[in-house]
Parts: sequence; structure tokens; C-alpha cells
Amino acid sequence: MEVTTTWYLVLGAVLFTLGTVGVLTRRNPLVMFMCVELMLNAVTLTLVAFGAALGDLGGQVSVFFVLVVAAAEVVVGLAIIVAITRRRPGTTVDDLSVLGG
Amino acid sequence: MLAQINQIATPEVLWWALLPLLFFSVSAVTLLTVASLKRQMPDCWAPAWTVAAALATLVSLAPLWQKVMDEGPRSFLGGAVGIDGASLFITGILAVTVLATALLAHPYLKRQDLPGLEFYVLLLLSAAGGVVMASANDLIVLFLGIEVLSIAVYVLAAYHLRRIESQEAALKYFILGAFASAFLLYGIALVYGAVGSTNLSDINAWLAQNILVEDGLLLAGLAMLLVGLGFKVAAAPFHAWTPDVYQGAPSPVVAWMAAGVKAAGFAALLRVFVTTFGSFSADWRPAMAVLAGASVLVGSLGAALQTDIKRLLAYSSVAHAGFLLIGIEAATVRGTSAVFSYLAIYALLAIGSFAVVTLMGGSGDQDHELEAYHGLGARQPWLAGAFTVLLLAQAGVPLTAGFVAKFGVIAAAADVGSWWLASVAMLATAVAAFAYLRVVVAMYLNEPATDETIGVDRTTFWVISVVAALVMLLGLMPSILLDVARQAVPVLVGG
Repeated sequence: MEVTTTWYLVLGAVLFTLGTVGVLTRRNPLVMFMCVELMLNAVTLTLVAFGAALGDLGGQVSVFFVLVVAAAEVVVGLAIIVAITRRRPGTTVDDLSVLGG
Repeated sequence: MLAQINQIATPEVLWWALLPLLFFSVSAVTLLTVASLKRQMPDCWAPAWTVAAALATLVSLAPLWQKVMDEGPRSFLGGAVGIDGASLFITGILAVTVLATALLAHPYLKRQDLPGLEFYVLLLLSAAGGVVMASANDLIVLFLGIEVLSIAVYVLAAYHLRRIESQEAALKYFILGAFASAFLLYGIALVYGAVGSTNLSDINAWLAQNILVEDGLLLAGLAMLLVGLGFKVAAAPFHAWTPDVYQGAPSPVVAWMAAGVKAAGFAALLRVFVTTFGSFSADWRPAMAVLAGASVLVGSLGAALQTDIKRLLAYSSVAHAGFLLIGIEAATVRGTSAVFSYLAIYALLAIGSFAVVTLMGGSGDQDHELEAYHGLGARQPWLAGAFTVLLLAQAGVPLTAGFVAKFGVIAAAADVGSWWLASVAMLATAVAAFAYLRVVVAMYLNEPATDETIGVDRTTFWVISVVAALVMLLGLMPSILLDVARQAVPVLVGG
């Protein structure tokens, strides 16, 4: 059986959906964050697959930008999560409910 | 070998057009470098530097505007970035907001005993991201702009080190912001797959010449883009983060979130949907209408139910996002220029309102309950008076700038026959008016809980006074703003 572009696109869509469901259902900030990363990687796969199918370099070049942005996001995200867990170890997002009204 | 290297074609760079971006980004990096080399720096240097960068940007906008009006819009850097009336107009809003936020932040940080420097660096970097968003001519550049803008704001939201609320707000904003970015990016990937380019002018030209037989991929991409940008501008049903983040984040940061981030987000929405995918407006207009209707209703009803002023203003910002979406839904030049003037006016209202909230928050940035405002009219007539002007303008009372803004978008909606949307908007305005008037009544008719006076420092005093005066002025003479906004329609130029 030949592996066509569609396979990659479907895999990308499945990974993206998994990430989305993960963010919406998991309660540990770190795991939620990992799910966001999974979504970004699904997009990366989609971009590369489209780039290869279209014979266009743009899709693959875009991936570099996505990688850099994801790395920058990790830095800030982990810093925020560390700042919170330092004050309240083992925090889940359900415990973070000071705000509201 | 060397000869080969010389043959690499580098894209044309219009340095003069990059001037506003350079002012923001270079001043941020310089500030950080100088501060790390010099141990002791007077407190007021960083805000003064930030204000100078914002003023330099504002001054540079005048000749740039003239040049663009005379010679027409241009694109450069291989067609990835453009300069047109829209990008300059939004840059102006961003510069004014940076200026005001820096002036508010200086006394605020002192009062809260927080370190000062990084705040201004992050603010300037965030503004640089906003400028990139406003002038992006390529979806990937747009994504980069949105991330530079957002990542800096995630950190700013967590800036109040000792308040767990501030960190909770940052975490919520971060997780949902990153979630939204992933949607935006997936949308970009799908549009790229459908059209074969991420360049907005290429996409526009391609769509003008070709007919998509199967447009499912493109429509899915557009839907994802709408979700991603809808999160950023806090449109219902993607607004869930707004009240919590506005309540928890430091008040001057909220001024920037409400005024600056929203302006940049709407600039992107306009450029992508109305300008680039204008030929698909029959497909995206219904979705935009649902978002707009939901936002005005949810925002107004939510505001009417709140007793915390910051949450009230957060819901009101959702309602304002709805009004702005009504202007986009029209998908006409009139709607677009109405959105631009609305953005400028809303920026002023947000700056002024959150300046008052910054003062009222006190030394812990936590006195935001409605009770804290009881009897303010008797205690501090000037503060209460200015807040009343700003709240009435947010409600859209005639003779204030808020009326001009709301009238513009509703007239644009009526123009294209979106009668039900215009009716929903007017109904919501009545509900929202109740929310704002409740605060005004509390300030003037309720007995004060304490007779403490709130210390008003000089810079905040001037920010609030100037903003309130401008809101009145624009209400009486709207043509000053409307004439400029009319020329600020986004244009796509091929590279």
C-alpha cells in the first residue's frame, strides 16, 4: 500500500484532535501544556505534508518559525508553571480558582 | 564560491517603513542591555525611555502617513510585510497605548514595590509584535507578530510577584492563548494547503483568478483562523478567559491588553477576512454575525451581573469586541473604517477606565469591588467625574466618543441589511447601559463605606484628564478621527 499525502494529513488531524481533547479534559497544567505542544507538532506535520505535496519550500520553511515560537512559548509557560507550583506544590487548574465573581 | 554567494538575491528592505517597528524593538533591546550593564539606574529612566520611544513612533507616523497617502501603499521584504494606512493607524493606537501604559505603570510599580525595568522591556516588545501584526502581509508573519505580542503579555500578566491571582491569571491566559495559537496555526496550514501560499496578496490574486472546485479545506482553514483570532480579541464564545485574566492581571497590564492587544487583533481580522478573503464573504459572514451577536449579548449581560469592577470592564470589553465584529461582518469599506475609528476610541476608553481602576486598586491592587466606589463622588469629585465620563462613553451616550463609535458600526451593519444584528446590538446597548449606570449611581448616591481618600499621583492624573477630555472632544467633533479612519483601509500589495 502506498503512503500518500492524505495519510500524513489524517495523522496530523488526529494528533491535533488528541491535543485539543487533552487540553480540554486534563487538569494538570504541565499535561495541558504538553497537549498544546502536540497540537503545534500536528500542524508542523501538516505544513510539511502540504509543502511536499505542492512542491513548495514555503511549507517547510514555515516549520522553522513554528519551532522557534514553540520553544519561546515553552520558556515562558514553564516559568509561569514553576512560579505557581513553587508557592503551591501539586497544583491542578481546578485548585486555581481564586479568581471569579 | 564567493561569486556564487554574491548572487543570492536579498529582498528589498524599506527601512523608512520599518521605522515604527525599529523604535519599539530596538528601544526594548537597548533598555535591557543598558540596564544589565549598569547596576544602579534611577527609577524613572525606564519609563522615560519607553515614553520617548512611543513619542518617537508617533512623530515618525506623520511623515510616513503623508508618504503612503501620496505614493500609495507598498510591500517589502519579499512581499511579507506591507505599509498602508491601516498599518500606520493601528501603529498609532499602539504607540498611544504604550505611552499611557508606561505612565500608569511607573507610579503603580512604585506603589506595589515591584521591580520596574522588565515591565517596560516587555511592554515595548509586545508593542513591536503588535506593529508586526498590523503590517503583516503573510500569514506566517502574522503568526510571528501575534506570538511576540502574546508571549510578552503572558509574562506581564504574571508581573505581580506576590499575588497568586496574578499568576493564576497568567497561567489561564497562557494555556488558552497557546491553545488559540495552535488553532490559528492549523488554520494557516489548511489555507496554505488549499491555496498553495501563505502570502496574503498571492492568496488574494490566486483566488481572483481560480475557482476552487473543492473549497472544504479553505473553509476549514478560515474557520480555524476565526477561532484563533476570536480568542485573541475575546469574542464570545471564546471569551471565557477574559474576566479571570482581567481581574487577576496587574491593572496597567489590563489597560494594554484591552486597548493594544485588541487593536492589533482586529487589524489582523480585518486584513485576513475582509481584505484577503473578501470574495468568500458569503461563507464567513454568517459565522462572524453569530460571533458578533453572541459577544454583544454575553458581554452586556455579563457586565450587568458583575460586582467586581475589573470583571465588569472585562465583560464590557467582550461586548465592545462584539460591536467591532459587527463592523467586520458588514465586509464593506464603510464597516472597515468604522472598525478603525471604534478601535481608536475604545483604546482611549480602556486606557482611561483602567487608569481609574489602577488608582482605586490601592496598594495591593485588590480593592476592585463595587463597594470601594461607593460615595466616590463626594470623596473625590474629580476622579468620580472622569470615571463617569468614561463609563457613559462606554455605554454609547450621545455627545461622547462612544456614541460616534457605536453609531459607525451599527450604521455600517444597517447599510448592508444586517437588520437583526443591528437590533441585537441596540438591545445589548440598553442592557450594558444598566451595568455602567449602576457604577455611576454607586459613586454618587451611595454612602461611602470609608472616608479614606485615594492618593492620586501626577502622571495618572494627567493620563485620566487628557483621555477624558479627548473622549468629550471626539464626541463633539468626531470628524477629526473619522476623516483619518476613512483613509485607513487595508490594502494588499504584491511583492
